[in-house]
Amino acid sequence: MILDSKIPSGPLAEKWDHHKGHLRLVNPANKRKFHVLMVGTGLAGGSAAASLGELGYNVTCFCYQDSARRAHSIAAQGGINAAKNYQNDGDSVFRLFYDTVKGGDFRAREANVYRLAQLSVNIIDQAVAQGVPFAREYGGYLANRSFGGAQVSRTFYARGQTGQQLLLGCYQALSRQVARGTVAMVPKTEMLDLVLIDGVARGVVTRNLATGEIRRWVGDAVVLATGGYSNVFYLSTNAKGCNTTAIWRAHRRGAFFANPCFTQIHPTAIPPSGEYQSKLTLMSESLRNDGRIWVPGRSGDRRRPSDIPEAERDYYLERRYPSFGNLVPRDVASRAAKQVVDEGRGVGATGLGVYLDFADAIGRLGRDTIADRYGNLFEMYERITGENPYQVPMRIYPAPHYTMGGLWVDYNLMSSIPGLFVIGEANFSDHGANRLGASALMQGLADGYFVLPYTLGDFLASRMGEKVGVEHPAFAEVEDGVRERRGRLLSLSGSRTVDSFHRELGRIVWDECGMSRSGQGLKTAIERIPALAEQFWREARVTGDGESINQSLEKAGRVADFFELAELMCRDALTRDESCGCHLRAEHQTPEGEALRDDVRFRHAAVWQWQGEGKPQIRHQEELAFENVQLSQRSYK
Amino acid sequence: MNLTLFVWRQESRGARGRMVRYEAPDVSPDMSFLEMLDVVNERLIAQGERPIEFEHDCREGICGSCGLVVNGIAHGPMPATATCQLHMRHFKDGDTLYVEPWRSRGFPVIQDLVVDRGAFDRIVQAGGFITAATGNAPEANSLPVGKEVAEMAMDAAECIGCGACVAQCPNGAAHLFTAAKISHLGLLPHGQPERYERVLGMVEQMEREGFGACSNFRECEAVCPKGISTDWIARMNRDYFAARLFVEKSDKKRAGGVG
Amino acid sequence: MASKPSSWSSSLGKKAVMAVSGLVLFGFVLAHMAGNLKMYQGREVYNHYAEGLRELGAPFFPESGVLWVARAVLLAAAVAHVVAAWQVTRQSRAARGGRYARHQVVQADYAVRTLRWGGVILLLFVVYHLLHLTFGNPAVHPDFIPGDVFHNVVVGFSNPLIAVFYLVANVALGFHLYHGVWSVFQTLGVNRVGMQERWRAAAALFAFVVTAGNVSFPIAVLTGVVS
Ligand SMILES: Cc1cc2nc3c(=O)[nH]c(=O)nc-3n(C[C@H](O)[C@H](O)[C@H](O)COP(=O)(O)OP(=O)(O)OC[C@H]3O[C@@H](n4cnc5c(N)ncnc54)[C@H](O)[C@@H]3O)c2cc1C
Ligand code: HEM
Ligand code: HEM
Ligand code: SF4
Ligand code: F3S
Ligand code: FES
Repeated sequence: MILDSKIPSGPLAEKWDHHKGHLRLVNPANKRKFHVLMVGTGLAGGSAAASLGELGYNVTCFCYQDSARRAHSIAAQGGINAAKNYQNDGDSVFRLFYDTVKGGDFRAREANVYRLAQLSVNIIDQAVAQGVPFAREYGGYLANRSFGGAQVSRTFYARGQTGQQLLLGCYQALSRQVARGTVAMVPKTEMLDLVLIDGVARGVVTRNLATGEIRRWVGDAVVLATGGYSNVFYLSTNAKGCNTTAIWRAHRRGAFFANPCFTQIHPTAIPPSGEYQSKLTLMSESLRNDGRIWVPGRSGDRRRPSDIPEAERDYYLERRYPSFGNLVPRDVASRAAKQVVDEGRGVGATGLGVYLDFADAIGRLGRDTIADRYGNLFEMYERITGENPYQVPMRIYPAPHYTMGGLWVDYNLMSSIPGLFVIGEANFSDHGANRLGASALMQGLADGYFVLPYTLGDFLASRMGEKVGVEHPAFAEVEDGVRERRGRLLSLSGSRTVDSFHRELGRIVWDECGMSRSGQGLKTAIERIPALAEQFWREARVTGDGESINQSLEKAGRVADFFELAELMCRDALTRDESCGCHLRAEHQTPEGEALRDDVRFRHAAVWQWQGEGKPQIRHQEELAFENVQLSQRSYK
Repeated sequence: MNLTLFVWRQESRGARGRMVRYEAPDVSPDMSFLEMLDVVNERLIAQGERPIEFEHDCREGICGSCGLVVNGIAHGPMPATATCQLHMRHFKDGDTLYVEPWRSRGFPVIQDLVVDRGAFDRIVQAGGFITAATGNAPEANSLPVGKEVAEMAMDAAECIGCGACVAQCPNGAAHLFTAAKISHLGLLPHGQPERYERVLGMVEQMEREGFGACSNFRECEAVCPKGISTDWIARMNRDYFAARLFVEKSDKKRAGGVG
Repeated sequence: MASKPSSWSSSLGKKAVMAVSGLVLFGFVLAHMAGNLKMYQGREVYNHYAEGLRELGAPFFPESGVLWVARAVLLAAAVAHVVAAWQVTRQSRAARGGRYARHQVVQADYAVRTLRWGGVILLLFVVYHLLHLTFGNPAVHPDFIPGDVFHNVVVGFSNPLIAVFYLVANVALGFHLYHGVWSVFQTLGVNRVGMQERWRAAAALFAFVVTAGNVSFPIAVLTGVVS
């Protein structure tokens, strides 16, 4: 099977402009006759819905929260990259492109990434015009900082709340369209399945989370902007409601799933404090600029940090990576932390943690300087842990954070199902095997503001007059399936809560398909996950009815999908018999523990096709061509 | 530690609710308030009962989903802290906690501790934006914004839309929320063309939603998880009167013509 | 959609009416207090001052002309203030929508929490006060001598019950003024970011001056300083 990525021909730098110039347009008078179903209101969905509404399309937009403004993009802290070169430090579209491709360990499409870098500059213009209060210099011009180890200062930020401010920008634009009547907002509603008619995506079936109403929606195209699936790990930095249901249901209807095993683990989250832990909170990576990471030299050392003398501490990052030290990339830092914890040298009550110590920095720069730089973060840390990081070292631990994998899309962001588009974190497109800091916000907004509005028009232009209604039998069939599944979940009356299954699933995925994966471990996980799923369908307990808010029902549906996704992740990780980016196969590393890529066998995206219940998916490959960059091995020694 | 909870249970919109007593044994001081409720809920589910419904998502104090009145204070006793960031170490063994939903005419209760905050969305729809269609934006640095103004705008923009201000206000007023958005956009040069139309639209929508008047109780700012200042309310008032009294009719007409 | 509210039908508009009328009333109580200080200069000066008020504007205006205009403004302000207070309070009561089983006040001070009751006490006080010292209603002030204001005050306050009532009412006025005056800066949008503390200090000072003056009168009579 050949996957047509529809990458335009021509020189890299001209592909997008050329392509745009040849996309078909929809006559202005006809736009409002097209109905677009937009699932998700994060940066991707919010920006797309607002832009499509502005163009005159008739958009219906869904989110599971009670307001579009609460999508998980709101939680992004650090910033957003753009190749503006405001700092005159040698940044350029090409450099941002190159950094992103290299950061992704050469597992992303050149053309997509180049387009992303090109559009990054427009995003900043758009956001500023909307009133996003980015940080400024005294002269009134935009400020930048360097982020995630980049050599140039290209990150734009709004205090520690960049995602919030960008999302409010989208939300405001979206609200304007709601007022104009072009977008109908349907909050507190979860998409439970996709409807295909003649092989084309034509609708969704949803459940209203407040009233339980199950409803059919018909459209001329469906866009999924439903975010990432890090919650497959149970504990992650994602919001509690983040789920895979929308993309997983689409996968089951035929949308290909690409690189499911590419998940990013962030090194600086606050460690879990007990079994009840419900989510992990991210601490900005910038802390590693001044904090020193260490653990006790010998395992089982339970002394207080202040009682451990300098000579008995192991500053393991500084030791192993003398030139980058504490600033090694996310995946390297995360893996190193896991290693020392596995050796029994972890700290804190649960032993799941390493110290991030500011004593030296405070000694060197003074408490005031540190308070100036990190005051908010220190406060947040103290609020959560009750410990004062000015006095005792912080404890940090890696946490699942971002999923590079997602539904496969072509250059036009259309999935393998015609009429089904996928944008933002939900697709697989731009980050390869690892995402650089501050580039997810960029991707979501590029997709929503500047790519989809054109490419969707191109698709719709060919579909004038193909009207169907929700009475079509295909809708009835899907709705019946949704009702049947809801009934099955509601009838679960075993002895265990859904959360307890989710926790157990999360532990398996974390252990076997987390920071470091081995063939052996993945094989056992592939056996254990379906067994656990089976147990879930026997022993889980769901209370209440379907006619009101019912968290145990909502969770049960999401966890049931996570089981199936987890299995696919493990199979993908097992088949990808190389290390790359965040995917470290224990079998493929240098003696120093560095990832060893295999560009001969695995320079491709793994693309999985659903085969039906109980049958393993088929794996396709989209070969990746690198014509503008030199493949190189990372080294942070 | 062991706690006694009295929690508001209500089956559905408009139904009668009541405070129900629950025991919460073995609470760890390191739990967040919502994690404590999770544990209570796990136990309820195991007993086949309907768990306590409450709104939450990010659990890191930024999405604005969560919001409970704990012992009579919106978001509980810690200042500048959303409910999801409130930790149990601030309570004592043996404490009795009263857990209630936001109460205000503008926020009807849907179920248990979940309320309908759609009014906030409608207030924003009535003008809480800058009309800048995708593709219209000029180069970002073409219009400098003084650092101080940008910082002030950011102070106001930090509002997470949680509604605690309304819940705590003895008047059930939504002034703090509305003023924060008006000020955020009204401070920036990009927000000037629609400044007066915006304040009229948003204030009028706020009134239509049935929120109260502001008597300057300042309870709102005391519970606001983002410490939004009541100074913005003065600014909103100023802009509102300016729009009413001094601004030409033609200046108030917004391009898109929102009814 | 509901019709567009007119300028003053919004709560912001009503609050502005309250603030402006409150300022008029405030101006009056301040001046009234200052005028009453003349009682410390003795019967002659005080009575002369009271008489003077009636001749204000003479010879250009008829006797008591200016006084009546001032009274009209005052009355209008008072009516506007009370009517708007009533409307705004009703709107807010309705908006509260249910009480909490437990309720705690976080930072609202005593002054704002007693605002509405304080207003009612003031209203009752003013009615009483007019009957007492302006109209000299025999039931309220049996020994009232028209024109001898000094006498009326001294005799009036010699009754400890009445003096105490004045004290209570004036303390209530003090609180109402403290909250009211800084509220005006807020309501009319005079306050700027970061300036609130200053306005509150100014309001406290105003309220203190007026209250101290007013409270001193009954005390002075009771202790025989003024007799
Ligand atoms: C803590 C944290 C910090 C981060 N910091 C940064 C950063 O500094 N810089 C950066 O570039 N990136 C950062 N990221 C990553 C970035 O925030 C996300 O990748 C990005 O915001 C995803 O946007 P999105 O629009 O694709 O999805 P989301 O914002 O997750 O939106 C998903 C939307 O889909 C809806 N939805 C989901 N499922 C369903 C369903 N079944 N039915 C109906 N609706 C559904 C939701 O309601 C929501 O509206 C961070 C991520 C986290 C978790
Ligand atoms: C000497 C008489 C009075 C003075 C000087 C005075 C002054 C003020 C002032 C300055 C305010 C502030 C308005 C604002 O918030 O901007 C105010 C508020 C108020 N006044 Fe008065 N007032 C007086 C009498 C009264 C009376 C007689 C009543 C009621 C019967 C009253 C009821 C109120 C109420 C309820 C408020 C608060 C309104 C609100 O914010 O909800 N006042 N007053
Ligand atoms: C202890 C304090 C006070 C004293 C000693 C006092 C004294 C007097 C006296 C003697 C008069 C009659 C003047 C005359 O007829 O010439 C008067 C009138 C009046 N006082 Fe007071 N007063 C006091 C406080 C107040 C307060 C607090 C208010 C308002 C809230 C008030 C409102 C009035 C009014 C409205 C009049 C009528 C003015 C007019 O003739 O139109 N007084 N007062
Ligand atoms: S102003 Fe504060 S309390 Fe009110 S909605 Fe915004 S963040 Fe919440
Ligand atoms: S508490 Fe309410 S009265 Fe005004 S100052 Fe805040 S809105
Ligand atoms: S759950 Fe998001 S703010 Fe509390």
